[in-house]
Amino acid sequence: MIRLEPRSQSSRWLSLMAPVLAALFAMLLAAIPLLAAGQNPFIAYGLIVKGAFGNLFALTETLTRATPLILTGLAAAVAFRAKLWNIGLEGQLYLGAVGAVVVGTGAIDAPPAVLIPLVLIAGAAAGALAMIGPAWLKTRFQTDEVVTTLLLNFIILLLVQMLLEGMLKDPMALGWPQSEPIVDEALLPAVISPRYRLHMGLYLAMAASVLVFFIMRYTTFGFALRAVGENPAAARHAGISITGATLGAAALSGALAGLAGVSEVAGLKGYLTADMSPGFGYAGIVVAMLAGLSPLGVVLAAVFVAAVFVGADFMSRALSVSNYLADLMVALALLCVLIGGFLRRFKVSWISASNTAKGANT
Amino acid sequence: MHSDSNGEKPPSASTRSGVRLKPNLQENNGASVGAAHVASAGLHSLPTENTPKLLQLQNISKRFGDTLANEDISLSLHKGEVVALLGENGAGKTTLMSILFGHYVAEQGTIHYADAQGVLQLLQPGNPQAALAARIGMVHQHFTLAENLTGFENILLGSENLLLPARGRAALRARVEAQMTESGLQVSLDERVSALTVGERQRIEILKALAHDTQVLVLDEPTAVLTPQEAEGLYQTVALLAQRGLAIIFISHKLHEVMAASDRVVVLRHGKLVGELTTAEASQQQIAELMVGREVPPNKHEHVERGEPVLQLSAVNVDSTQLRHRLRDVSLTVHSGEIVGVAGVSGNGQAGLADLISGLLQPSSGEMRIGGTPASGAGPRQLMARGVARIPEDRHHQGVVAAMNISENLIIESLDDPRFQRFGVVRSGAARAHAEQQIEEYDIRCEGPDATVGLLSGGNMQKLILARALDKAPLLILASQPARGLDIGAQTDVYQRLLDARKRGAGVLLISEDLDELFSLADRLVVLHEGELIDAGDSDKVDRSSIGLMMAGQHKDVAEPQEAQR
Repeated sequence: MIRLEPRSQSSRWLSLMAPVLAALFAMLLAAIPLLAAGQNPFIAYGLIVKGAFGNLFALTETLTRATPLILTGLAAAVAFRAKLWNIGLEGQLYLGAVGAVVVGTGAIDAPPAVLIPLVLIAGAAAGALAMIGPAWLKTRFQTDEVVTTLLLNFIILLLVQMLLEGMLKDPMALGWPQSEPIVDEALLPAVISPRYRLHMGLYLAMAASVLVFFIMRYTTFGFALRAVGENPAAARHAGISITGATLGAAALSGALAGLAGVSEVAGLKGYLTADMSPGFGYAGIVVAMLAGLSPLGVVLAAVFVAAVFVGADFMSRALSVSNYLADLMVALALLCVLIGGFLRRFKVSWISASNTAKGANT
Repeated sequence: MHSDSNGEKPPSASTRSGVRLKPNLQENNGASVGAAHVASAGLHSLPTENTPKLLQLQNISKRFGDTLANEDISLSLHKGEVVALLGENGAGKTTLMSILFGHYVAEQGTIHYADAQGVLQLLQPGNPQAALAARIGMVHQHFTLAENLTGFENILLGSENLLLPARGRAALRARVEAQMTESGLQVSLDERVSALTVGERQRIEILKALAHDTQVLVLDEPTAVLTPQEAEGLYQTVALLAQRGLAIIFISHKLHEVMAASDRVVVLRHGKLVGELTTAEASQQQIAELMVGREVPPNKHEHVERGEPVLQLSAVNVDSTQLRHRLRDVSLTVHSGEIVGVAGVSGNGQAGLADLISGLLQPSSGEMRIGGTPASGAGPRQLMARGVARIPEDRHHQGVVAAMNISENLIIESLDDPRFQRFGVVRSGAARAHAEQQIEEYDIRCEGPDATVGLLSGGNMQKLILARALDKAPLLILASQPARGLDIGAQTDVYQRLLDARKRGAGVLLISEDLDELFSLADRLVVLHEGELIDAGDSDKVDRSSIGLMMAGQHKDVAEPQEAQR
């Protein structure tokens, strides 16, 4: 029989180290299928690290991959802090990209200093709108936002497909369902040189992370949002508007996910397709959980997840092991973080079954 | 609604029925148990060597982090005695009982129980099943009944075999019914629990605890939810059960209750056993001092001139599907400089009244005025701005955000206040300074402004809430159960703060289930029953039993005994 006793206090060191320990433990577990595939795990992990950070090209690819993950991770962290379970990041990301395409494909003729902010604002606003709807339904009718936001993903993706076949379709694309290209003035510039794909979206994401940290920590809005998330009854009793805080959190979260879409379409791809995101919205949830919902931690967690994916691609080419290993590692890391969080709060002890039986028989 | 005995017996008289019931005891034991020697131990005095021990706790110690929750506690329990386990909150009562029931494992010490032959056996630590098998039963303070099932089904749920065949059920039913007749725990077994009163639910809980052929029964603060009359009924039940040979541990922190119900008092303080007394030979004052470890100063209740009305409710109705929120035609005035006490059994509209005055609930009809001007439609923020301070009933639920720190919790009601924010950015320096000053002034024991509120003790959490509520010199203070669960020291402190506020000219509306508290603090009393407010008049002109009848909704029928039978 398993017994759980709550711990009276968990040490600060332990809570900081927990994600790192969880990641190491996940690597240990992922070594089992590697061994089963007949590969040396040390070599495989070495190749993953090399593939993710081994040279400037690898590093820029990892950071390029991390950019949308930082933004969707922040989006999830903000919403989850307010106990608003936004599972609709993927849809908000696509709607943000649509916003960027509408504004940035020639509708407005302006220099980059004007057009880039406009594109960002349009994408953020579109993403925010996509989340405000479900949040309003939650505050007004107590609908479950997990259901509404999740299902909205599919609705939005179908909407995007429809737009790409219709209003937004590029007539020059030889029939491919894709949007017109973003005009040069609206493209996010490259960070190092056009030879590398890394773009200014990374700086945008890092600035967003600092900004979100500041909002959550030092503003009355962030205060209200945390209070509502931790204890809505006490917050309401203290005169904080739950509706206001929830809608605010929804708008901020949706806007961040929308920016991830802008960053992908205006920084990396140049035009919108319906398969632009390989699930950055869902991965953002994992990133936020790995980071313990800390805005600054999201950056590190996003780089970790991106590195695993980029590195595993490299490793799989070198060793001909399936790159699904990357999914497995990220999933294991998440599970380990969750279990680690549980172990931090409870002390688990074991009572032998024979003793139990003896006690019950007397 | 009440236990049947209320009609004849004066409820205020002590029902510590040990002496009165003694002859019966002798007969009963002689006839049914065949253990007449038990009774020969004499007039309900301390049990002697002749009385068999049913439970023996030896040198129990348990540590949580740096605090010793239990330190070297030894306690034995004999057949047929009622032991009151008394102590302030945090004294270690709950920890000790959790060890007995296997929820915690003690670092040191052993527990022995008497098996069917009366031989002491070691109780396996850390195993709730073993405690059940050792025939130890517990009635928790918060009931654990499934409301959509009948009383009997709930008792069945507690029995070890859920898939009992019909024949087994019938046997259990017969056993429970026999128990009901013997112990006087009369209650309808086939009614859904949701339709039962609190007193009746408690009887189901007790029957459930007794269903395992229980020999040791632990009652955790059993009177917290009862009217005085219901409590009297419970004392009689306890006496009857003891007379039938059970040993009973009665956990409490109310002194008069202990005096009324127990044979022996065991006092815990800071995890140590500090005294063991025969109830008959002890005085309330003596026990109180043992409990607190020093003399308890009585609160000074000075005369204060009544001023202008600060709160006026006229014909207020609140429609709600929940009884606890429903108010019917409530009219009430609280003046500056007075404390109005609201008595009533929990769940009779107190939550509705509190939420109304907190701004969380709007009246369906009728009018609320604060300081003479209409305040219907105002939310928490507007009411606070107009001088209403609130001490919520449930500290953890509504009072504080446990995961946030002290300085944040102190400013949570003042997020608009320019003292603590500028352009939407929290002035954390000012908030910290404010917190340091309040910690000092209200003697909040903590590590500092950054300490997480969830780690504070109940008393310190309440001090924080008081500091926050009284910070802006409020016109009206709504205090719901302000001293619930606090130790005597913290209680006195809360009372003094309320009396000081009254002296300053604030009006106080004190909602409480503790009649001692109401009688010692309030100038006037009103009673809530099923959402109706009954004016009971000045607190020094009304007695407990008539308040008790009003709490049970029988005030109108006092003159007509026929009706009261219903």
